[in-house]
Amino acid sequence: MEFIINYYNYIIVVIIMMLGLWGMLALSNLVKKLISMAIFQTGIILFYISMGAKKGASIPIIKQAYDEHHHPIHQTINNMDYANPLTQILMLTAIVVGVATLGLGLALTQRVYSEHKSLHEDEILETLS
Amino acid sequence: MIEQAPALIVVIPLISALFITIIGLYQPRVSWLLTIITFALSSIFAFICLKQVVTVGPISYVFGNWPAPFGIEYAIDHLNALIVLMICVVAFLVAIYSKHDIIKELGDKIPHFYSLFTLLVTGLLGITLTGDAFNLYVLLEISALTSYALLALSGGRAYIATFNYLIMGTIGACFYLLGVGYLLINTGSLNMADISVILSSNTYSYTVLVAFLFIMIGMWTKMALFPLHSWLPNAYTYAPTSTSCLLAPLMTKVSVYVMLRMMTSVFNYDYIFNVLQWQHIIVALAVIAILAGSVLALRQDNLKRMLTYLIVAEIGYMVGGAWLGNANGFTGASYHIIADGFMTLCLFLAIGCIIYKVGDASLSSMKGIFTKMPITMVGFLIGAFSMIGIPPTCGFFSKWYLISGAYEASAWAFLVALLISSLVNAVLFFRIIEVGYFQALPSEEPNHHHPKITRDEAPLTMLIPLLTTAGLLIGIGLYTADIVTYLIHPFIKNFL
Repeated sequence: MEFIINYYNYIIVVIIMMLGLWGMLALSNLVKKLISMAIFQTGIILFYISMGAKKGASIPIIKQAYDEHHHPIHQTINNMDYANPLTQILMLTAIVVGVATLGLGLALTQRVYSEHKSLHEDEILETLS
Repeated sequence: MIEQAPALIVVIPLISALFITIIGLYQPRVSWLLTIITFALSSIFAFICLKQVVTVGPISYVFGNWPAPFGIEYAIDHLNALIVLMICVVAFLVAIYSKHDIIKELGDKIPHFYSLFTLLVTGLLGITLTGDAFNLYVLLEISALTSYALLALSGGRAYIATFNYLIMGTIGACFYLLGVGYLLINTGSLNMADISVILSSNTYSYTVLVAFLFIMIGMWTKMALFPLHSWLPNAYTYAPTSTSCLLAPLMTKVSVYVMLRMMTSVFNYDYIFNVLQWQHIIVALAVIAILAGSVLALRQDNLKRMLTYLIVAEIGYMVGGAWLGNANGFTGASYHIIADGFMTLCLFLAIGCIIYKVGDASLSSMKGIFTKMPITMVGFLIGAFSMIGIPPTCGFFSKWYLISGAYEASAWAFLVALLISSLVNAVLFFRIIEVGYFQALPSEEPNHHHPKITRDEAPLTMLIPLLTTAGLLIGIGLYTADIVTYLIHPFIKNFL
């Protein structure tokens, strides 16, 4: 039980990712495959975001405080007050990659449909043979 | 200028991809010339880097002067300097080769093809040079996305084949990304050298195990190791010839390189071969890959399709060699990346010339091909000899290292698989020689006494890259000792 409470974010992420992976491999409709792919990638994005998150932390921008003579005051910075920005920046890139892949996949699906007049994998295989 | 060379190798094709798109709108023919100039320049800078690595030692290039663990670093050592040069040269040769083929197969899509072509190679060069695990993922996706577009350009059956590749490729890249995520949790760093230092000072936890597993499975999917290979044959067979000439030598080999890089620069020998001890399972997988690839290749009637199955078998060589866990096996695997890159290129270029002139690449249309296209067939034969492993060509030397590695590691199954694969390759190529040399041209069969020799070769822009590649196969073979002593051994010394 304690395990679930401590790691519930990762458990949810794993469930989302596995749903997506299962859909990519098992579903036979091409659009459903692409939606599953998007779900899988979202799972990974959540995984990264949740590893960088901290409870009660804020954005990592440090406001410099000044005394009355406009000299900067030396502040002690507590790591726990700021969320890890690295994972979020990485995921900005991963989101872009995901959108590009999804767009390309949809464009391909459209071409597959105009070529084979079907989006169902089994029916496409029948037209090929 | 010289100290900027590592960045220029990647930046030149990246910027020129943009210019090719813009200029190509007005002057489609110029895009061909621009692509050639781009890769000639990249090859020169790659050669400068290689020279510097050999004389001075590994180069570390940091972008924007952000020091290594924080900024993105390009780390060039003996192995990737060589592979970068190979990628540039292959891209240069395919660029020259593609001129007539693209006009014939794609017509008005010339500038699109060349801008995607340069972007793809940019991605591959970046993967090879980068020392940052996440940067590698982004570049992996750049090369993958452009390769989907390039493969689908020919239309028809290519669409569904590319769609399957897109699904498998995305799974592979996502698994790699997950693996990097686990490493980030464990070490808090993305720089490969930094991760390696932190990992070796800690005890190995399950997180590291999962990270390693995810990265390896991701890369095996990308490189089409046997049970995960199903996307490769269709995708490469239905693609435009120039695309398969570019992708077949480069995509899978770069994935093999990433596997080697991960094994050597992120994880270390002790962890992989003493803590995990998976080597027997992986070498067994490689044996299955070699045998399955060879058997499936035997069943094919279409030569292009046959070559795609040979790629599956060759992947088995490299994975098996790398996982033997000794110096000879690792030398064989690293050397085979270069050798296999050029010999796959040579065979695909030759098949491309045949398709250009004959129209298809089925075995039955090879009748009398030696009389019709003698120069092309000379190139084809040298490539075939290298694939089989006949001495002056480089295919022999990589096989020699792999076999001695297998002997040292007592991996008898791997050794036997290598020999069987060589025999199967011999059968495959001699079957083509038999049909092409001893069976007359179909149209000339009635006239037995004086069969008319009608030479009908592909244009020079296609023949010159083919013959250059064939020459390179022999040249690399003759300089094997130098490549191994100056480039591969210094790299392996740090790992073993």
